[in-house]
Amino acid sequence: VVPTNFYLVLGALIFIIGAVGVLTRRSALIILMCVEMMLNSVNLTLIALSRQWDNLNGQVFVFMIMAVAAAEVAVGLAIIIAHSRHTNTTNIDEINLLKW
Amino acid sequence: MSLSLLFFIVIGAISLAAAYGVVASRLPIHSALFLLAHFAMLAVLYITLDAQFLAATQVIVYAGGIVILILFVIMLIGSEQIENQGDYRSWTPYVAMLLGLILVSTLVYVLLIEYTGSAVAGTALAGGAPAAVGIVLFTQYILPLELAAILLLVALIGALLLARRPTAEKPLKTIENLSLEN
Repeated sequence: VVPTNFYLVLGALIFIIGAVGVLTRRSALIILMCVEMMLNSVNLTLIALSRQWDNLNGQVFVFMIMAVAAAEVAVGLAIIIAHSRHTNTTNIDEINLLKW
Repeated sequence: MSLSLLFFIVIGAISLAAAYGVVASRLPIHSALFLLAHFAMLAVLYITLDAQFLAATQVIVYAGGIVILILFVIMLIGSEQIENQGDYRSWTPYVAMLLGLILVSTLVYVLLIEYTGSAVAGTALAGGAPAAVGIVLFTQYILPLELAAILLLVALIGALLLARRPTAEKPLKTIENLSLEN
């Protein structure tokens, strides 16, 4: 059996790749994908700890996170479509209408 | 090295490479396809972690739903907008990578060296079969489940409202306007 440590480290690495992607990329679509990746790494961590403690609650949490992620990505993509219809860009540096 | 450990290392390496591809590829459509590979590899890892139901859900919701939605949006708004590299924000990538390195070293130190939890041997998971997860979901967590259903409904209506093509401003059909038309 693979130790739980390894799954946790893999989840941490995926989370960090996603976080660096959010900080470095400028396309709103890719930032959304990186956010999904970070959510998935947390899911992996929860499932690994669910096996660690032999408890199904972690898997139920993952199910709820999946529902929230689906809602989030639907609304986020709708916002990106609506904004790109107005300004014809998805570059987050040019989305500064509310900037002081 | 046991076979399961080798399997974990291979699948984990593929998923990490796919995650790197999401961040590093220039075209958004390549990123979306790397994301698909990443989600599929995570579903395989879920099976090795006794979560069969969640592996199926992962494939259906993420690979079948979210990635397809992202691909639709990329094709709808056009993926030819290449980010102008090094135009401005020239220092933020280095700060991001530095912060990422600090975070990864901290987490790896804590998880690999300091973490000493030992697995509880038990059978409560039942392999993460749909029956076992469903019983917990529909007894102990019935209220969050219903709230998630309402959340999905609200998100659906909100996404429809936001993404709807704005129609041209029509005069309201009030009594005065109707009488003016006639």
